[in-house]
Amino acid sequence: MLAKRIIPCLDVKDGKTVKGVQFVNFRDAGDPVALGKQYSELGADELVYLDITASFEGRKTFTELVKRIAAEVSIPFTVGGGIHELSDVERLLAAGADKVSVNSSAIRRPELITEIATRFGVQECVCAIDARCEEDGTWRCYLNGGRVPTERTLFEWAHEAQERGAGEILFTSMNHDGSKQGFAIEALRRLHEELSIPIIASGGAGTKEHFLDVFQQAHVDAALAASVFHFGEIPMAELKKYLADNGIVVRQTSSKQA
Amino acid sequence: MIAIVKYNAGNIYSVYCACKRLGFDPIITDDVALLRSADKVIFPGVGDARAAMTYLQEQGLDQVIRSLSQPVLGICVGMQLLCKHSEEGDVDCLGVFDANVEKFRPTDATFKVPQMGWNTIGDLKSPLFAEVPEQSYVYYVHSYRVPVCADTIAQTDYCGWYSAALHKDNFYATQFHPEKSGSIGEQILKNFLTL
Repeated sequence: MLAKRIIPCLDVKDGKTVKGVQFVNFRDAGDPVALGKQYSELGADELVYLDITASFEGRKTFTELVKRIAAEVSIPFTVGGGIHELSDVERLLAAGADKVSVNSSAIRRPELITEIATRFGVQECVCAIDARCEEDGTWRCYLNGGRVPTERTLFEWAHEAQERGAGEILFTSMNHDGSKQGFAIEALRRLHEELSIPIIASGGAGTKEHFLDVFQQAHVDAALAASVFHFGEIPMAELKKYLADNGIVVRQTSSKQA
Repeated sequence: MIAIVKYNAGNIYSVYCACKRLGFDPIITDDVALLRSADKVIFPGVGDARAAMTYLQEQGLDQVIRSLSQPVLGICVGMQLLCKHSEEGDVDCLGVFDANVEKFRPTDATFKVPQMGWNTIGDLKSPLFAEVPEQSYVYYVHSYRVPVCADTIAQTDYCGWYSAALHKDNFYATQFHPEKSGSIGEQILKNFLTL
């Protein structure tokens, strides 16, 4: 059976991982390549690297970094941040990324998804959506890491992204992100039920139970988190074992076969 | 010498990197003489089957690949292109394997297409899987598949059983991505490279 995926997300600025990382006996926490290898060995199923650099120089650094990740990490990885046009996608895929994630730029110009899917195939394009549930119950999409509200709403935009050729939806609930109170179960379940492409849950992971809940109740295909992994609050192998013990199909690896 | 077929496939660099990690030093080439003289040839593939076939025909690579006599490993779309026909773009392929490529037809809504992620391989019967345990997880990304046939050497279940890998004469192929399947994938690649 197809396994549910656990995906650590790494923010990268000027070639270094941003959020603090506390692994026991792990000295290279600032190096995204060493960190990615470490996660791969611990049993992560996939990695997401988000470039949060604003400058042109930073972008070049990121491309070089993607090449090093491709050379050393033997599991799939997605890259996002600063992808505005097809040439950005071309550059990152040529550097060895398996998928690209588009967010604000796709809301501003939805044709970008169509272009990526047509040129590289639907499997290459992850559509990331940051949305907040407003007081009236509407899930509103936001741009620029949640700073700028838009007229788009989560479900209609997710449908359009699928129609245009997105291969996956990565939905981050801004209400839940950073709360460590669990994922946005209801919205994620609705996305799962309405769409035919895989859904990645993001925002709110605090405990192992939260991962179990999102797989059992929202039936998502993958769950993404950052700080709970970076700070060692939830060890990867322990999470996988807990999920397997509770009937979720996950890929468990011995340290030898990661 | 190990040659990776250079064409408009998306995962060539990843395959190259995986070989390097295993201590091999492959070349990426579309030079006919180099392809013919290589000890092993890897035929990768990510993208659209029709577009890939058109490109191979324009370059004359279709005839070359079909006529290779050393061990050849097709990966993902590379495997599909070695079959007779693909439903993706309704295109005739290289015809090494006596099988047709068909789209996943989900029986219920729980099966998403593309299949994306880690699934298990079983019923392993080939030296390609030496030291690979039954039910090992490998990484898949695909919307089309090859049914179980006479050349099947490994199977995976997703909306029913299909060919995870094929073997006929000197041609081997995997639907999954060994270059992205962690240490299990590296073992499979190593098995091929040391055949």
